[in-house]
Amino acid sequence: MDWVSIERILRSGFVSFWRNWFVSLTSLLMMTVTLSVIGSLFFLGAVLTTTLGFIKDKVDVSVYFHPTASETDILSFKRSLETLPEVSSVEYTSREQALVDFRKRHENDQLTLQALDELGENPLEASLGIKAKDPSQYEIIARSLQSDTALGKSSAGIVDRVNYVQNKTAIDNLTKIISSARTFGYAVIAILMVASILITFTTIRLAIYVSRDEISVMKLVGASNTHIRGPFIFVGLMYGVIAGFFTLLLFFPLTLWLGPVTERFFSGINLYDYYLGNFGQLFLIIVGAGIFLGVTASFWAVKRYLQV
Amino acid sequence: MIYYDKVCKIYSDDSVALQDVTFSAEPGEFVSIVGQSGSGKTTLVKMLLAEEHPSSGSIFFESLNVHTLRKQELNALRRRIGTVFQDFRLLPQKTAYENIAFAMEAAGRSDEEIAADVPHVLELVDLGNKMWNFPHQLSGGEKQRVAIARAIVNQPDIVIADEPTGNLDPVNTHDIIQILKKINDLGTMVLLTTHNKGVIDSLKKRVITLERGRIVRDDPSGRYIL
Repeated sequence: MDWVSIERILRSGFVSFWRNWFVSLTSLLMMTVTLSVIGSLFFLGAVLTTTLGFIKDKVDVSVYFHPTASETDILSFKRSLETLPEVSSVEYTSREQALVDFRKRHENDQLTLQALDELGENPLEASLGIKAKDPSQYEIIARSLQSDTALGKSSAGIVDRVNYVQNKTAIDNLTKIISSARTFGYAVIAILMVASILITFTTIRLAIYVSRDEISVMKLVGASNTHIRGPFIFVGLMYGVIAGFFTLLLFFPLTLWLGPVTERFFSGINLYDYYLGNFGQLFLIIVGAGIFLGVTASFWAVKRYLQV
Repeated sequence: MIYYDKVCKIYSDDSVALQDVTFSAEPGEFVSIVGQSGSGKTTLVKMLLAEEHPSSGSIFFESLNVHTLRKQELNALRRRIGTVFQDFRLLPQKTAYENIAFAMEAAGRSDEEIAADVPHVLELVDLGNKMWNFPHQLSGGEKQRVAIARAIVNQPDIVIADEPTGNLDPVNTHDIIQILKKINDLGTMVLLTTHNKGVIDSLKKRVITLERGRIVRDDPSGRYIL
């Protein structure tokens, strides 16, 4: 295609966009709604991931060691644990550190601290806090802890107790909640996305349906398919770009308003900071989705009327 | 130049539009096709543009079989045929100037040619002062004159006028027929479909009479059966 044809397509597209202002406005509004849904899903995904991550982070399995266990044995056991594929991290707390933490936790509880002092020695045990890559893997880790063969001989005689059994119900419930929340979240995202894309497709198809007679006349004067389709596709692209910018503009005050709320209720994620921090990615998603929708919908809608 | 060879058209509901139609027309001829509504006139001309396809038989434009052409060849053929419709079929969002310019753009003409030819052709149909009017700002006769200007601007070999006066008053009908005669005098073949006796009587040119899809008379002196 030569430059003159491109120039004519662009000019014709601009003129058609402007002269069919009502159809253009309707299509722009519909596409803005669709892109807003897609953008909201971007934020919803972020809130979901952060919140679930925050909850997951609160869960761990602790292994307590006999007071007689040496630090060398415990650290050797820690290294064995870290080799398990299900384990994300292992944190060692010595008896001394456990005592410091205990005192700090109960600094306003004089009675407890007095009782501790009367004991005369440190009653607390050294421990390892184990975090799994996924909450569903705690059971596998707990089984490994109870089996000498899985971790070699390093645990023999030094492990006093593992708190998994006590926490099992809570961990199982949490695993189910996280899994359901994720499935539900993604299902909602998929449904909303499909629905809004279909609405945009239909709107653009209707906008082009209005021009079906025009297209058949263009065919009868011998215009090539590219010459006919070009301006419609360009208008679709304009819908995408303009609606994309509208949507990004809309999210500015919206996230500014919602930011403090989400920060308070959703484990510290501030949507406004997230919007600014991920603007480039959001821009590509929103404007890219807009262009893709506008161009694809126009292409298919015009194709239908080119069969003259 | 055009040759219809035993053309039949039967629609999917078994209604017969054309039966065994055979005729030819030479460059520079003015051929009127007459018949009652539903006699197959419009189907006949639509087939020359490959807007409709025959159930059997062939249609030739020069040596080209119209219905075996590929897309690009068909576009090129359509640029050699100017078409005028009863309902004008102008592009509603384009001005008179742009409607004509569009046909020239489709034919690959340069911007300079368009700028020179469009005002000229609009002057020819007496619409030089309505160049920037949109179709909804024009009367029926004016719309049809824009459609004629669009049909002739690429200097086609044939102008097909499908009931061009069907929506017009007698004065505009007369004007349009005069323009078509002028186009024919300049050497362009005109294929006119009509059921207006006054129009045919005033022309005194070759008339093909269609009845229920069959040619019942083909008279070079302009006699017909209606």
